Amino acid sequence: MSNLEETARSLFKEEKVNLIIGFEEGSRHPRPFFCTSTDDIPKLILDKRCHNNTAVYLTKKDLLGTGLVGIVATLRVLKSALQLSLENQINEGQFIFIAGEDASDVQVLKDKASIQSYVDAHPEIPDSKVEERLHHIESMSREDRWAFWKNELSKCIRCYACRAACPLCYCERCVAEVNCPQWIDPWAAPLSNMEWQVNRAMHMAGRCTGCGACYEACPLDLPINLLTKELSSEISEDFGKGISGNVLSSFNPADKENFFK
Amino acid sequence: MKDMENKDNNFEPRIVAFVCNWCTYAGADLAGTSRIKYAPNVRIVRFPCTGRIDFMLLLKAFGSGADGIIVSGCHPNDCHYTSGNFHARRRWIVFRNLLDFLGIDVNRITFSWVSAAEGAKWADIVNETVDKIRKLGPYTEYRRAKDYTEEAKQYE
Repeated sequence: MSNLEETARSLFKEEKVNLIIGFEEGSRHPRPFFCTSTDDIPKLILDKRCHNNTAVYLTKKDLLGTGLVGIVATLRVLKSALQLSLENQINEGQFIFIAGEDASDVQVLKDKASIQSYVDAHPEIPDSKVEERLHHIESMSREDRWAFWKNELSKCIRCYACRAACPLCYCERCVAEVNCPQWIDPWAAPLSNMEWQVNRAMHMAGRCTGCGACYEACPLDLPINLLTKELSSEISEDFGKGISGNVLSSFNPADKENFFK
Repeated sequence: MKDMENKDNNFEPRIVAFVCNWCTYAGADLAGTSRIKYAPNVRIVRFPCTGRIDFMLLLKAFGSGADGIIVSGCHPNDCHYTSGNFHARRRWIVFRNLLDFLGIDVNRITFSWVSAAEGAKWADIVNETVDKIRKLGPYTEYRRAKDYTEEAKQYE
C-alpha cells in the first residue's frame, strides 16, 4: 500500500518502465494521460471520476513502444485486461498494473493470478440505472421494443466511437469495413445501424466485461451497452455463470434450448 | 420490395430456408422424390453445414424481402463435421435472445433439426411456417427501417 506518485516514481526507477498510462485532470473530467518521464508524475491522478477504460490502449502496439509499460488500473481496466489475457492479446510481464480506486492507496500487480485475486476481492456493485433500464425494456411488448430501438438507433451517426472505446474491439480489420461482401451498409440508416449493433453485440457475446465504455463514448448517448449487457446475462443464464472466453467459439453437447423443432 | 401476392391479391409469404447439405437438404430432396406436397413459398439455400450459416444472412434475408426464415440442419450428434451444429445451436440461442431484445419478431424464424430420412417432417415444418407467416402478415415493419429515402418513396 502506497500512494500513486511514489509507486509511479519507483516503477520508473526500479522497474525501468518507459511509460505509465494513467489519468490527468482534464478541462471537465479526468482524461487518459501518457506519462513518459518522472517530470510528469505529479500530473497523475486517480479518483472516483476516472471513468475511462484505459485497457483499450493495451492492444495498441504503436502507442506502447517496446519497453515495459505501467498502467494505472481501475477495476474495469483490470477486468478487461484479464479478458484480453484470456484471449492471448496481452502477455504476462508485458504490463505492470497499478491497481486502486484512489491515488492515496494503490498496489502493484504484476501477474495474472494477483489481478484475478484483486478482482475477486473487489466485487462490482451492479449499476442500478443500467439494471432498471434493462428491466424496463424487457417488460415492453415486442412492438414497443422494436419502436424503442428503431428510434434510438436511427440517431446513430456511425462514428464507431463504441468500437474505438471498447478494449475488446481489437480486430485490425472490422466486419464493418469488409465490403466483399458488404455485410453492413456503411451509411447511417436505421437498419444498417441496427445491423452494426447486432454485429457488435454478437462479437461481444460472452466477452463483454460490462464496463460501459461504449455507452460513455457514444456522442448520442444511445444505450448500446444494454445490448451486450443483456446478452451477458442471458449467456450466464443459458450456459452457466463460470463461463469465460468466447462462448461462440466453444460448445457443450448438453446446451439447452426450447425453440428447435 | 413488393410483397408477394397470389391471384386473388392475397398476401403470399416469402420464406427463405437456410439448410445444411447433409441432412435437411437431403430431407427436402426425399420429400420431393416421395412426392410429398408442401407449400411452394419456400426458397431453399444450401450450405455445407449449419455452422456455416452466419447470423447476418438472416438479417439480410429479412432486409431483402423475406417474411419468414427456416434454419435447419442435422440433429445434434449427427453433424457431418462432428460439431458444426453444436456451434450453430449456441449461436442461435444467443442470436435469438438478442433479436428478441431488439424487438425483431423471432416467431418468424423457425429453427429445426431435419435428418435426411425426415422428408415428411420437412414438409410439415414448411407448411407450419407458411401458415404462421400467413397469419403474421408481411414483415414490412422490418423492411421499412431499411432506408430513409426508400421509406419516403414507398410508404408515404
